[in-house]
Amino acid sequence: MVSQQEDGPVTSSIRSTLTDLLNPEKLEIINDSSKHAHHSAMRGVFSKETHFRVNVVSEAFAGKSTMQRHRMIYGALSKDFDAGLHALSLNTKTPAEIAKANEA
Amino acid sequence: MNFLRTASSLALRPSGHILTRRTALPATAFAVRYLSDSTKKTIEDAITRNKLVVFMKGTPDAPQCGFSRAVMQILTVQGVDMQNSLKSFNILADEELRSGIKEYSSWPTIPQVYVNGEFVGGCDIMLSMHQSGELEKLLLKEGLVEPEAEENPRA
Repeated sequence: MVSQQEDGPVTSSIRSTLTDLLNPEKLEIINDSSKHAHHSAMRGVFSKETHFRVNVVSEAFAGKSTMQRHRMIYGALSKDFDAGLHALSLNTKTPAEIAKANEA
Repeated sequence: MNFLRTASSLALRPSGHILTRRTALPATAFAVRYLSDSTKKTIEDAITRNKLVVFMKGTPDAPQCGFSRAVMQILTVQGVDMQNSLKSFNILADEELRSGIKEYSSWPTIPQVYVNGEFVGGCDIMLSMHQSGELEKLLLKEGLVEPEAEENPRA
């Protein structure tokens, strides 16, 4: 497992961008880069911050489809993608959806 | 940093790019950076002539990335005829297509799935649609899978 001690520059950039954009109730950013370090697209890439999982709960997603939620995030992070961010696995929920899932 | 972020998120706002295709798009760096007319035509031809198109890393038999592999597994489990109903493009073999498709879809990651000419999503969306049953509905509607035989026709 990747330790979660200190955010690298990409992680902190994602964190601050998404915090500004979504005012999230919960924001979890997990760096999975080491799991993908050997795949072919990563040849010659030395960044330790290329693949992330992001779990975010925000009211800002209300009334939006998954596609729209993902586009919001991808749009806001375009500069990070330009700078070498390679993959984001997104889990985007509203507080109401979380509450409903917990009930079930 | 802050002003950069604001500027880029305004200029690169992706949703407007594909949904409201304006005729006179300003020549922003994003709009003209990669997508040549020939690549655009390749993509448009592919997604209009084939019901199911996946832009992926590697091939259906040998995916080169876990996310592309996951999409292939989902489609296989759904019962798609992977030999005849799926058109796939290995973007690792075509750098222009690789950057072009990201811009065409306004979506920065691979794989990308198109059904009946429309962008459905990447791995996360395919997985959640698979789990919710939406994907089956879509594939059935487009004739990409056969309706399942009634399990207990006499019950």
